[in-house]
Amino acid sequence: MKRTGARIYVFLIFLFLYAPIFVLIVFSFNDSETASRTVWGGFSLRWYRKLFEDRLILEALRNTLFIAVVSAAASTVLGTMAAIGINSMRRLPRRIMMNITNFPMVNPEIVTGVSLMLLFVSTVRLFGGRSLGMASLIAAHITFCLPYVILSVLPKLRQMDPNLYEAAQDLGCPPLKAFFKVVLPEIMPGIVTGMIMAFTLSIDDFVISYFTSGTTQTLPIYIYSMTRKRISPEINALSTVLFTVIMVLLIIINVRSFKDRDSRQKTRDL
Amino acid sequence: MKKCHIPYTKKAFTHPDLYIVPGLCAALCLSLAPARTALAQENTAPNRGVTINVYNWGEYIANGTDDSLDVNEEFTRRTGIQVNYTTFDSNETLYSKLAGGGADYDVIIPSDYMVSKLIDENMLAELDFSNIPNFQYIDERFRDPEYDPGSRYSVPYTWGVVGLFYNTDYIEEEITSWTALWDDRYAGKILMFDNPRDSFAIAQFLLGQSLNTTEESDWAEAAALLKQQKPLVQAYVMDRIFDKMESSEAWIAPYYSGDAAILVDNSDSIRFVVPEEGTNYFVDAMCIPITSSHKAEAEEYINFLCDPEIAGANMNYVGYSTPESAAKAYMDEEMVESSLYYPDDETLARTQVFVNLPEDTSKLVDRLWAEAKMGGPGESAVLIAIILGFLGVYIAILVSKKQKRRRELA
Repeated sequence: MKRTGARIYVFLIFLFLYAPIFVLIVFSFNDSETASRTVWGGFSLRWYRKLFEDRLILEALRNTLFIAVVSAAASTVLGTMAAIGINSMRRLPRRIMMNITNFPMVNPEIVTGVSLMLLFVSTVRLFGGRSLGMASLIAAHITFCLPYVILSVLPKLRQMDPNLYEAAQDLGCPPLKAFFKVVLPEIMPGIVTGMIMAFTLSIDDFVISYFTSGTTQTLPIYIYSMTRKRISPEINALSTVLFTVIMVLLIIINVRSFKDRDSRQKTRDL
Repeated sequence: MKKCHIPYTKKAFTHPDLYIVPGLCAALCLSLAPARTALAQENTAPNRGVTINVYNWGEYIANGTDDSLDVNEEFTRRTGIQVNYTTFDSNETLYSKLAGGGADYDVIIPSDYMVSKLIDENMLAELDFSNIPNFQYIDERFRDPEYDPGSRYSVPYTWGVVGLFYNTDYIEEEITSWTALWDDRYAGKILMFDNPRDSFAIAQFLLGQSLNTTEESDWAEAAALLKQQKPLVQAYVMDRIFDKMESSEAWIAPYYSGDAAILVDNSDSIRFVVPEEGTNYFVDAMCIPITSSHKAEAEEYINFLCDPEIAGANMNYVGYSTPESAAKAYMDEEMVESSLYYPDDETLARTQVFVNLPEDTSKLVDRLWAEAKMGGPGESAVLIAIILGFLGVYIAILVSKKQKRRRELA
């Protein structure tokens, strides 16, 4: 009895989480002249065809992905370095640093967005530029991704046995090599989590991008600008494609790490 | 014991996740790149190394899908000028982008009242009409508009009227008046605009006022009428009217003719009417911000969009009305003859256009609108309670974060 109750509860939770995505996917196949989101008009791939013909959406998607890749990579590198630095600080300076780091996360996005815009506009003017664009977007995205990377790397560093690094050096490893051979593999799961998080946050962001984009358009901004008419089911199609890609990606990652663990188990058994 | 770590090290360093994510994205980026150069074979003008920034409404230009003409690509092909085309959702967004600095636009397409606001605030450049010879095709009635006296700053792009859409399955009588939106037989099935000026305009037509009145009592009167309507209204919406009307969730709604024409085309029971009291007629017009650094090229772009052939092909896709009679030769006959897109002169004689309201009037309108929509002025005690509530939650979050951090660091 208790188990059925638990099952129903879990089912409801999953329904709540995935029903919107399911509806979105279903309506990406809707054959309707009026681009309706409520009336089913038969199965068709027209929105997919239209999506791949639509230069503006694809351009916005390309901008978004480019910004996400660059800012995720940059914030991962910077964030990891920062985490290592913070980890080896003494108590008080570490606390101060962590507070400064957390500030952008607690700060409302709109405040971050407006203040970054003001900063960028005055900087661009100072150097005689004319407009914000890709560079300011990437800088802004790195800014708000950084704390998440630091926060996901730091616990891994604390879990790590500090003696490992010293032991490697004792055995004749130069510091840099010891870092790459010993420290980095230990904290890699944290780095990967941080990077994936930064990547998703960057794709997702609307508010900060809205203020710092200048004349560059990202996908969320483009979608928002459709609201005067109606949000075209092309967006459903695009979301379905992205959802599928991410799903496949996650499956691959999980299968690989599962195999990984398996083979590691075997080596240990040997 | 130490040796054990080496195989693990290698494995972890070539961690699969690390490469798949950016790799896939890079592949996606690359695969999207060649989409741009599909048409650029013959008669291509050499690249002039100039890119103009165009800022237009979302979904408001033919973009090559559904066998339409890709207007921007065609422009680049003919002139060698690159176009960076971006979109906005409302006149206010456009205004904040322009006023905030940091965005360098060359061509913008605001609506009538925003054009007059931008002119008032000295943000538009005067156009050099010797670079826009195609202005000759613009019909007489669209020249010298109220929002831009003398047509010095703007060239009309599209126009349309606001009308009533209703579902004849549920509403049997023929509707001819805005009063239908106040009819309690349709209570709960009525939709209204979710922006102050469009909603106030309807009440103002019923009261026989000017849309651009600065008389405080006029606006108060209109607001009273909207307040009276509020209990009958199902929702204040913009683009959601498509779903709601189509699925019969709502029976009657005012909307822009060009956007909602698709509803009439696809349903036998939905009809469009311009009420007898008159209606708002709106124009979206092309302008050049005073900050533009490529004014001549921007004028070339405007001239290109005024070319009747291009305008015709563009309007076929966008579904709005063109201000150029010459362009109609290149459009679907059905569209040209439809009274939905091109109401007769008698109807047009009853229309009014928005112009920018003075600062205090527009503040008054915003306040009255908020009151009408919320049903009464907000109690300041409630407001303070809400703010305090938020503050409490915020502090609670801060405290719990701090504790969490303390636990983490401990």
